[in-house]
Amino acid sequence: MTTKHRTINPRARRAGSRSRARRRNPLLAPRKSLALTIVTATFLVYALLPIAWLLINATKTQPDLLSTFGLSFGSSFALGDNIAATLAYDDGIFLRWLGNTLLYVLAGAGGATLLATLGGYGLAKYRFPGRGAYFAVVLGAIAVPGTALAVPTFLLFSQLGLTNTPWAIIIPSLVSPFGLYLIWAYTVESVPTEVLEAARLDGAGELRTFFSISIRLLTPGIVTVALFAIVATWNNYFLPLIMLSDPQWYPLTIGLNQWNAQAQGVGAEPIFNLVITGSLLTIVPIVAIFLFMQRFWQSGLGAGSVKQ
Amino acid sequence: MTTLARAPELPTVPPRTTLTKPRRDWNGWKFVWPFALVFVLTFITPLAYALWLSLFQNKMVGGNQFVGLDNYVFALQDPQFWEGFGRVLLFLVVQVPIMLGLALLAALAIDSARLYATGFYRIVIFLPYAVPAVVAVLMWGFMYGDNFGLAAGINEWLGSEVIRPFAPSWVLISIGNIVTWQFVGYNMVIFYSALKTIPTDLYEAAEIDGARGWQVIRAIKLPGIRGAIVVATIFSIIGSFQLFNEPSVLQPLASNVITGSFTPNMYAYSLSFAGQQYNYSATVAIVMGVITAVIAYVVQLRGSRKEVR
Repeated sequence: MTTKHRTINPRARRAGSRSRARRRNPLLAPRKSLALTIVTATFLVYALLPIAWLLINATKTQPDLLSTFGLSFGSSFALGDNIAATLAYDDGIFLRWLGNTLLYVLAGAGGATLLATLGGYGLAKYRFPGRGAYFAVVLGAIAVPGTALAVPTFLLFSQLGLTNTPWAIIIPSLVSPFGLYLIWAYTVESVPTEVLEAARLDGAGELRTFFSISIRLLTPGIVTVALFAIVATWNNYFLPLIMLSDPQWYPLTIGLNQWNAQAQGVGAEPIFNLVITGSLLTIVPIVAIFLFMQRFWQSGLGAGSVKQ
Repeated sequence: MTTLARAPELPTVPPRTTLTKPRRDWNGWKFVWPFALVFVLTFITPLAYALWLSLFQNKMVGGNQFVGLDNYVFALQDPQFWEGFGRVLLFLVVQVPIMLGLALLAALAIDSARLYATGFYRIVIFLPYAVPAVVAVLMWGFMYGDNFGLAAGINEWLGSEVIRPFAPSWVLISIGNIVTWQFVGYNMVIFYSALKTIPTDLYEAAEIDGARGWQVIRAIKLPGIRGAIVVATIFSIIGSFQLFNEPSVLQPLASNVITGSFTPNMYAYSLSFAGQQYNYSATVAIVMGVITAVIAYVVQLRGSRKEVR
């Protein structure tokens, strides 16, 4: 494994030599293949099919939903009406859920990114008493199934009086062992110790060195960790499911599932068009964030995935 | 030229210029204490609490009593637990290789540099990962449905009930499809990132040796990303054993097939929140956690052993 690490380190130089090599080596700069492009398009169809279905069906009225073929449009185009109905249903509870989700993402994912960055950096650049044990325990935690902890966490939080409050969602979201690991790997690769030594000789304190120098070198890694933390908190289902019983604190995922459940059982009051339109409104922001940030995570993820 | 002193595995040690033993340096704790604090609160404490809970039973007569390992003995003989375990194991053995195989194919296709619009492919295949599990299951659930789903439309068109996603023999496949849809792109990105870090010299050597196509994939690319494959496999194993969201959201649509003990995690959940059996629920969670950790560890060992060879 050590030999592999060494070859990975000079990232920038290798990228340069690769682009030069692409021009002459047919293995690195082959001709484009239309056949392969078409065969690989199967993946595109698979990935986009449900999203296309969602887009099309968000334009249908409930009677159209039940009577027309899934991948064709209905007799009327009701997207605007559906959105208005989704936002207005039950005194605008959807907007309340959206606000809750934003709160959980900002506090939870933001805090998780900060803690993972500080922790991963500290582990990578400092030798301190207890470091070995710290690292071993956190890495071990990556393999612990998160849901195995959910029930005891719930019991613990209910004794502390934290269930049914935003803290029950935010506090557990703050810890991302995998994020800490990614930052550790990224720091080892891209923050030279000499730079830190120079700052120390200039008399800068440790935290100041971190916030003025290291944090810039770590940006791609931090963005990657932030992206995964945002997706994880935006999409969180299990944790709020057990922690919250008051719809006022639901995030979008739990709220949508509750709407969907209305269709079942005695006295069912199906609102399929709202569930579908609500689903669409739920994925639009996260997909937008995802596309916006995609040029950053590329470089950040590389570091973690090759160093196991 | 202090860089020369830096050993590749120990870039974490600041170079020391003095020969005397350095004093203990507590500076690192300035950075790692906040994570440690929350980690203790949300990982260590619940884990210890779960272990504690698993040693007790709440009895009708006598209240909360210490019972030693009785809960574990019961769990190891509990048919409902093992049925759920067998189900996720079957799921793991079938779904994970299919998903990782597809992810590998996609990554190799994108890395081959032979596609038109490579960037577009990469983003779109990764996109489902951003869709919340609940929304993914709702979408597929609607499409599976016989009310206004695609399945109903296709069956109608064929004139027979060929596709029955919620039939007992189909439901695991239906769930597998949803999970595959969500995570193919995620694993593709892990593989693709690793493929990009393979040193160019290897391709140059292969070109001189006259290696082509599959030879290059087998001799250079696959060995080059073995580490990433091991990591992706471990994450998929953990994910499969934890299976909860997909069957839980699908449950209202197929309530006679997806029971409260469909997977071990659903079992632990229903024990707690429907049955108030917190002690036994904690036991089931711990047993499942131990099995997961052991299997992940074995895969890790096998993976690194092959890497050395």
